[in-house]
Amino acid sequence: MTIITTLSARAIPVRGNDIDTDRIIPARFLRCVTFDGLGAHAFEDDRAQLKAQGKLHAFDDPRFVGAGILIANSNFGCGSSREHAPQAIAKWGVKAIIAVSYSEIFFGNCVAMGVPALRVAVADADALQSAVEANPSLIVTADLHAQQVRAGALTVAATLPDGPRQQFLTGAWDALGQLVEGLPAVRATAAGLPYLRGFAA
Amino acid sequence: MSARTLFDHVWNRHRVRTLPSGQDQLFIGLHLIHEVTSPQAFAWLRERGLTVAFPERSVATVDHIVPTEDQSRPYADGLAEDMLQAIERNTRETGIRLFQPGSGKQGVVHIIAPEQGLTQPGMTVACGDSHTATHGAFGAIAFGIGTSQVRDVLASQTLAMGRMKVRKVQIDGKLGQGVFAKDLILHVLRRLTAKGGVGFAYEFAGSTIHGLSMEERMTVCNMAIEGGARCGYVNPDQVTFDYLKGREHAPKGVDWERAVAWWRSIASAPDAVYDDVVAFKAEDIAPTVTWGISPDQGVAVNENIPAAESFPVSERPGIAEAYAYMGFTPGQPMAGTAIDVAFIGSCTNGRISDLRAAAAILTRHGGTVPARVKAFVVPGSEAVKKAAEAEGLHEVFRKHGFEWREAGCSMCLAMNPDKLVGKQISISTSNRNFKGRQGSPEGRTLLASPAMVALAAVEGRVTDVRGLK
Repeated sequence: MTIITTLSARAIPVRGNDIDTDRIIPARFLRCVTFDGLGAHAFEDDRAQLKAQGKLHAFDDPRFVGAGILIANSNFGCGSSREHAPQAIAKWGVKAIIAVSYSEIFFGNCVAMGVPALRVAVADADALQSAVEANPSLIVTADLHAQQVRAGALTVAATLPDGPRQQFLTGAWDALGQLVEGLPAVRATAAGLPYLRGFAA
Repeated sequence: MSARTLFDHVWNRHRVRTLPSGQDQLFIGLHLIHEVTSPQAFAWLRERGLTVAFPERSVATVDHIVPTEDQSRPYADGLAEDMLQAIERNTRETGIRLFQPGSGKQGVVHIIAPEQGLTQPGMTVACGDSHTATHGAFGAIAFGIGTSQVRDVLASQTLAMGRMKVRKVQIDGKLGQGVFAKDLILHVLRRLTAKGGVGFAYEFAGSTIHGLSMEERMTVCNMAIEGGARCGYVNPDQVTFDYLKGREHAPKGVDWERAVAWWRSIASAPDAVYDDVVAFKAEDIAPTVTWGISPDQGVAVNENIPAAESFPVSERPGIAEAYAYMGFTPGQPMAGTAIDVAFIGSCTNGRISDLRAAAAILTRHGGTVPARVKAFVVPGSEAVKKAAEAEGLHEVFRKHGFEWREAGCSMCLAMNPDKLVGKQISISTSNRNFKGRQGSPEGRTLLASPAMVALAAVEGRVTDVRGLK
C-alpha cells in the first residue's frame, strides 16, 4: 500500500464545467474486459472536434506531454459511473487531479485507484490553469498533508474530505483489505437485517 | 445534519463499523451487475485470490451491449461477444444468478430488479452504473459505483463510504394534462442544476410524488444522478406495497405482513430533520425538453431557448458551448425543432406505462412517422416486451411507423449497433444529452417524455403534446 502525501509534476489544464465521463471516454471504448490501452482515447471526440476547428485540445498539445497533474473546473466527471474515465486519464499519465468539484462517483473511483482529487476555489482553479498555460514547465505540487497546491508564486488551499484524505495519508486508499478484514462484523450486521431474516422481529 | 429520515434509518441499519479513515463500512443488501463495469472487478478478485462473499445477494444481467435486432450468438460485434462471454464465465464461477437474453428475465438492470421484486424498501442497493438511483423509488438507498467498488462489493458485500447530506425535494399539487414524471424531473434539474445535488441524497416528497405510480417514481429517482445527487428516494407507501405484492422475490405469507410493517416504520418521521428543503409546485411544470448538452439545460416546450444572460456568468462559457454544439440560437423557439430520430426506451422511460403513454399519443394523432425520421422502441426488459405485445402495443407502434426491437439499453448510450449518424438530432426518452452520447461524436439529443417523443416522431418536429386533440 502506498502512502500519498505530496505529488509534484507538470500540469495539464482542461477547462470547462460539467465535463462528463462520456466526453472523457466515449462509450464505444467501453467494449473491453480490461482497462489497458484506454489512455490513448482520453477525450478522443473532444480532441477530434477541436482539431477539425483548427484548435488544439490540451491532451494533444505537445507542451503538456508528460504532465502528471490535471487541473479542471466544476462538477468534473459527472454522468456515467464508468471507471474507464479516471482509468483513461490515469493511463495517459495523470497521478493527481485538482478541480473545483467532482461528481461523487468519479471522486470515489479516483480514491479507489489511488489518484488524489483535490478541491480548490473557483478563482484558484482558474489561476492555476492560467499559470500552467503561460508556463507549461511549471512544477505544480499537490500537498495532501498541508492541504495546499503550490505552483511558482501561487499557493492555494486545496481540500479533500477527511475520510479519503486519511486514506491517502495512511496508504489505505485501497479499502478492499480493510473491508474483507471486517467480514465477521459484516455477517453480524447482515444477520440483523429484517429482509435477510424473514422480517422476523 | 439530517436525522430521522429514511436515509438515516437505512444507513444506520447497514453500517457495519467505522473504518480507520472515519468512513463507514456499509453493507449492501442488493448488488446488481452488468457486463460493462464488472469484468475488471472479477479479474482483480482472481488476482488477489479472493472469493465472492455473498453470491446470493448479487444478480447479473446483460443490457448495455446487447443488439436489439439480431441477437443470435456469437454477436456480430466481437468485442460485445467477448464481454458477454466474460460475464457468463464470471457469474458461473462465482455462483451469481445471470439473466440472459431469452430467459424472459433479461433487460435493463434497473428495470428487471424492480419488476422481479428484488428491489425492496429499506435495502441498500449498489451497481456499477450511475442510474442505480432508480431503485430509490422503493425507499431503498441505491447508488452507482465504479468498478473498483464493484470489486469491493463482490469481495465483502460492503463499501467504504462517507455519509451524504439529505435534501428534501417537495413537490405538491396536480400535474397538468400532458405533463409526466419525466417533465417533473427535467424541471427539477433545470432549477437545481446538474451539480446542485453533489454531496446530497434527494428525498422526493409531497402530494405530487406520492400521487405517482411506482414506474413514474422510478423515472424521477433515475435522474437524481443528473442533478449531482448520488441517490434519490421516495418514502414507501401503499403504492409501493401494492406494486411489490405477488412479485417473484417479494416476501410472501406471514413474511409479507411483517415486511409491510417494517417498511412503514422506516419512512422519514414527521419531525425528521433535513440538511436542506426545496419546494416546487406541480402546476408550474410544463412538458419539458432539453436544448443543450447537460440534462439541466431544459425549457418548457412552449418557451424559447434561453439567452446566455439568463445564466450566471460562471456558466456562460458552457452555455455558449451548448449553443455551438447543438447548432441552436438563443431566443429560437423549442417547439418546431425538426428531428431525425425518435428513441423510446432506457432505464428512465422503458417500462410498460411509458410504452402505453407513447402508443396512446400515436393512436390519438393517427399519423405515421415521416420517411425522413427513424423511430424505434426498445422495451426495457423482456417482460416489458411481452406485456406490451400482449396488449398489442407493438402493432400500434409498427402501424405508425416505429420499429419494434428487443430489450436493452440501446441508443441511450449507443454501445450496441443503435447509433446516431453525423449531426442527426434525436428526441429521446433517455437520460443524457451529453455530447456524443447517442453514438455519433456530433450527434444531438433532446430529452423528453415518451408522449412528447411519440408526438415529435409523427410530426417530424418538437410539438407541444398539450395541443393534441
